[in-house]
Amino acid sequence: MKLVTAIVKPFVLEDVKSALEQIGVLGMTVSEVQGYGRQKGHTEVYRGAEYAVDFVPKVRVEVLADDTLADKVVDAVVEAARTGKIGDGKVWVTPVDTVVRVRTGERGSDAV
Amino acid sequence: MVNAGNTAWVLASAALVMLMTPGLAFFYGGMVRSKNVLNMLMMNFICLAVVGVLWALFGYSWAFGDDVFGGLIGGNEFAGLGSTIGHLVGYESTDPATGAVTPWPGGDALPTTAFVMFQLMFAVITPALVSGAIADRTKFWAWTAFVAGWVTLCYFPVAHWVFSFDGFTGPDNTGGWIANVLKAEDFAGGTAVHINAGAAALALAIVLGRRKGWPRERMRPHNLPFVLLGASLLWFGWYGFNAGSALAAGDLAGLAFTNTTLATGTAVLGWLLVEQLRDGKPTTLGAASGAVAGLVAITPACGFVSPLGALAIGVIAGAVCALAVGLKYRFGFDDSLDVVGVHLVGGLVGTLLIGFFGTNSVNPAAPGENGLFYGGGLTQLGRQALAAGAVMLYSFLIALILGYLIKATIGFRVSDDAEVIGVDETEHAETGYDYSGLGGVGGLGSTRPRLASSEGPARATAGKEN
Repeated sequence: MKLVTAIVKPFVLEDVKSALEQIGVLGMTVSEVQGYGRQKGHTEVYRGAEYAVDFVPKVRVEVLADDTLADKVVDAVVEAARTGKIGDGKVWVTPVDTVVRVRTGERGSDAV
Repeated sequence: MVNAGNTAWVLASAALVMLMTPGLAFFYGGMVRSKNVLNMLMMNFICLAVVGVLWALFGYSWAFGDDVFGGLIGGNEFAGLGSTIGHLVGYESTDPATGAVTPWPGGDALPTTAFVMFQLMFAVITPALVSGAIADRTKFWAWTAFVAGWVTLCYFPVAHWVFSFDGFTGPDNTGGWIANVLKAEDFAGGTAVHINAGAAALALAIVLGRRKGWPRERMRPHNLPFVLLGASLLWFGWYGFNAGSALAAGDLAGLAFTNTTLATGTAVLGWLLVEQLRDGKPTTLGAASGAVAGLVAITPACGFVSPLGALAIGVIAGAVCALAVGLKYRFGFDDSLDVVGVHLVGGLVGTLLIGFFGTNSVNPAAPGENGLFYGGGLTQLGRQALAAGAVMLYSFLIALILGYLIKATIGFRVSDDAEVIGVDETEHAETGYDYSGLGGVGGLGSTRPRLASSEGPARATAGKEN
């Protein structure tokens, strides 16, 4: 099993969700996060005083997938999230040892 | 004889001015960080409670009682307000046609109680204005003690200097020196309210010192919609402040209302223009600040200048204050929400510009001379400068002494730890916002829901029973 983690621009979330549904992904976890990469932040001005906002808002999408599906998930996210501009985000895949469904106690691939 | 129309307008104006203090609380509250918003609101709100008590006990009397010492302070005859019931305020009047004299309080008197409440609201908002200079780091009860001490030693006497006119609260009553001897013009409180508060704010910013991390760490306003909402409530209430200060529902109130509107509009434009040229963007905070700067500057002038004068005063005040808020970085004092840059500077601009734009053609009852642009020479400008300087110096010294006294005894500033945690938690044991994104049904402190359809909490075996 794999955990696919994607950090994307907030406004692409709906596109990412639809793309994942189309390839059969049944669930995901989404969180609002802040950070920066090469895009860096921006500058705000309050009564003439500059205020550097280093961390920009992003959305983190986490999807658990079978090994066979993981690459398709990555491709779907990347395609849906790409605008071609700096700050589009990153996607990475990590191996997962165990998954348990809380309601039933099922383990492994059955729980994904 | 009581004039019912005027009385109705003064009572309504008192209520309008009352709303300014909560409006100010939101104007300031939006500008601090979210961990300090409740403390900021409370520092303003408490003024309604504390100053009201002192006003009834002796404040009104010291401000508007018959002068007991050189135009500096009134006597105790209205202490407790018992003697204001059934009492009137007004002026002896002369009919221009017949020359018949109506003895005090004249044909257009007000009930004293209405005047007492109208003036109370000015006494409430003045110390509240000061609080913005010491945001994020002040002990609540120390602030409350300061409010009580400062209105007693500073506001009540200064209100007497500026607002108490001879022969108004009693047939032979003598008022304050600025209004009656110096004859400086201050229609609604450019000196007594704004310069007074601004000078005290500068003193307290010095007494309390900088916030931790200032100015290296920029402290971003946490809720700009609050700031604009607060500024809008201030603007609304300010019609009571300025037009109400005519103390009559007539020409002069209409002029003050008009000038208030016009100057505030041009001040917004002035501030935004400076921002556009200097920073490249017009900001919401700038629009709100410009509105307040314009309201401050037109306060002393609104009953003494023409509408064109008001337009000029507004744009000058907006631009000057937009530049003045940068001074604290140059001089290194942490006037956190720019009380000095907006209220002291705006108050000075408005008070001094009366010396240029003042014209008795719009107000035959004006106590002073025409301004420089209306052929009056420099006389009135000199008076305005003296009044502004006297109030500024007196307020600064009283606030400085009182501030250091509180600092040395009960302490004025919270601990470093409390400042980092936030004064909402450490001073009030509250949090301004529940930031839970869980729709209010989850998070710490919530209990597991008991659904009617299930007998108890679901178990790990549920769904696998058979």
